[in-house]
Amino acid sequence: MQSNINNNAYDNKAIPLKGVVSKFFLHLHPAKINVQALKYNRTFGLGGIAALLIIILVITGMILRFVYVPSIKGAYDSIVNYQNDVWFGHFVRNIHYWSGMLLVVVMFMHILRVFYSNSIYFERRKNWWYGLVIFMLVVSANFTGYLLPWDSLSYWAVTIIANVFKSIPFCGNWLSGILLGADQVDETTLMRFYHFHIGLIPVILFIVLIIHFWLVRKAKGVTVANSSLVKMVSVNPNLVYKEIVVSLLVLIVLFLLSLFFNAPLNEKSNPLVSPQSVKAPWYFIGFQELLLHVSPIVGIVVIPLIICLFLFGVPLLVKDDINVGVWFNSVNGKRLTVLSVIFSVILTFVIVLLQSYNIINQWFLIGIYTIVVILWFFYSVLYLKAGRVELYIVTFTILVATYITLIIIGLMLRGEGMSFILKQHIG
Amino acid sequence: MDEIRIKKINRRKFIKRLIVIILSFEVFYLLLATLSIRRKKVKQLILFEAGDISNFENGQVYLFSSSHFFLYRFNDGGFLAMLNKCTHLGCVISYSEKNKRFDCPCHASSFDINGDVLSSPATRALDILPIVIDRGKIYVDVDNPIHRDSFDISQLKYA
Ligand code: HEM
Ligand code: FES
Repeated sequence: MQSNINNNAYDNKAIPLKGVVSKFFLHLHPAKINVQALKYNRTFGLGGIAALLIIILVITGMILRFVYVPSIKGAYDSIVNYQNDVWFGHFVRNIHYWSGMLLVVVMFMHILRVFYSNSIYFERRKNWWYGLVIFMLVVSANFTGYLLPWDSLSYWAVTIIANVFKSIPFCGNWLSGILLGADQVDETTLMRFYHFHIGLIPVILFIVLIIHFWLVRKAKGVTVANSSLVKMVSVNPNLVYKEIVVSLLVLIVLFLLSLFFNAPLNEKSNPLVSPQSVKAPWYFIGFQELLLHVSPIVGIVVIPLIICLFLFGVPLLVKDDINVGVWFNSVNGKRLTVLSVIFSVILTFVIVLLQSYNIINQWFLIGIYTIVVILWFFYSVLYLKAGRVELYIVTFTILVATYITLIIIGLMLRGEGMSFILKQHIG
Repeated sequence: MDEIRIKKINRRKFIKRLIVIILSFEVFYLLLATLSIRRKKVKQLILFEAGDISNFENGQVYLFSSSHFFLYRFNDGGFLAMLNKCTHLGCVISYSEKNKRFDCPCHASSFDINGDVLSSPATRALDILPIVIDRGKIYVDVDNPIHRDSFDISQLKYA
């Protein structure tokens, strides 16, 4: 592919960027980058899109702060009034909502891309860890924002999650106390979530993001598929041009979403009645689904702990036997990834189905899942010729695919009262 | 990354790191301490007056929604006060007169009229509240729910 790149294609005139702001943004980049890093399927622009979304979130958030009243009495009405009485009020709220949602998706895909392109090892290890912290911060920001409209859905979703915390042995009550500031969701909780959402989390996020960008530069840019091929071209206009196009596309998508799909707002919360089927925000639905099958201690302590250990630990496990920057490490790695996705989707479905008929209990379920996964590892090594690095990729794939399957089951296959829809159809 | 770096930690570096670590702990502690709730040391006994015994018919369930409990009068006249929060993750359950059972809207747990679990994910019977009967009136201690695994006849309160 490299041979047919026309050299002259990269010698365009620089886009004349004047003014302090554009110069500042330009200085976040190096002067020259590797041609390979320019191809869209290297980064898919995901990190840059995430950064843009964060900027949009900050701007719309600042506007919303002027109208939002952080109290039980005022919160819901202030949002309703803003939507109804202010021109573009609804639009501003929608944009804030949709950028928040898109950010979670984009960031998740960014994680997939850096992981699968083997870009988290050696000098990029630290950045992977900072990235994981960013991920937790963004999800917390999203979740604390979820309570602010004080409608019935947010009230009960937060109640449920606080109770999930409560069921952690030894420090559960203390943790849910830290989260809520009271025995149940009330004014203190709202105040607390508000200040997390607009104060502490953004500040920490901002600091960690600066470190994140700095570490990308320090690692001499993103990884490339063929590190022996070093052809450098100037960032302006080659990268800048692409960034402008992608930014405009993102803005268009965001505007369209906000025009046609309103951010949800249910009726005002009522602590005396729970609505029919409380669903957590979608990125937590996988956990909610998990909690239907295993006890809270397993679902919220043991499993997340194992996942975190793996995610933080992978970059420490590799030695020199890895192809940094090569997608899926090898062609075989790619095949293993695809097969592992199919494997985990089927396994998860079957187990959820088995349990919805009360055929197996939680320990059986965990046992079966573990045994089948271990068998899959053996199969991968013995018959699919997986190496060590490929095994890490398989593990990561199983985790991700299982969680996504759980989200899909929770979102689409659970009806009224969380009963399993397929079960009603099959009978 | 192939050069081998031997990191030496001298005294100055050591002290600098120590200060940073101590300061971080301090900040972290302050944050947590600010956020944790200080529970009231003195436990107050606030009894909720549910009404005259004669108001409650045998075999009926009464809801006191703002105090979060159901009062069930058994056919033999005994009383049982149960918290209306699901023991799974705390949603508010509702009573269905037709099926004589409690249902949770959140994850579909259900409980029979004594509060015992009919279907999971809940594993524990509904919490009960202590009842005091004095001069023909029923008082319920709404602040001190009692956990129980299952229903037992000794949990009933008679006039
Ligand atoms: C708001 C969130 C985030 C923003 C704005 C952001 C931004 C960026 C940008 C602009 C890059 C340069 C290359 C690219 O576009 O892919 C990058 C690289 C990277 N990011 Fe992120 N990121 C975010 C979250 C994360 C998360 C959650 C992780 C991992 C858990 C992560 C791990 C990495 C790694 C390891 C690299 C280096 C990749 C390479 O050198 O090829 N980032 N990030
Ligand atoms: S809270 Fe009642 S079933 Fe989960």
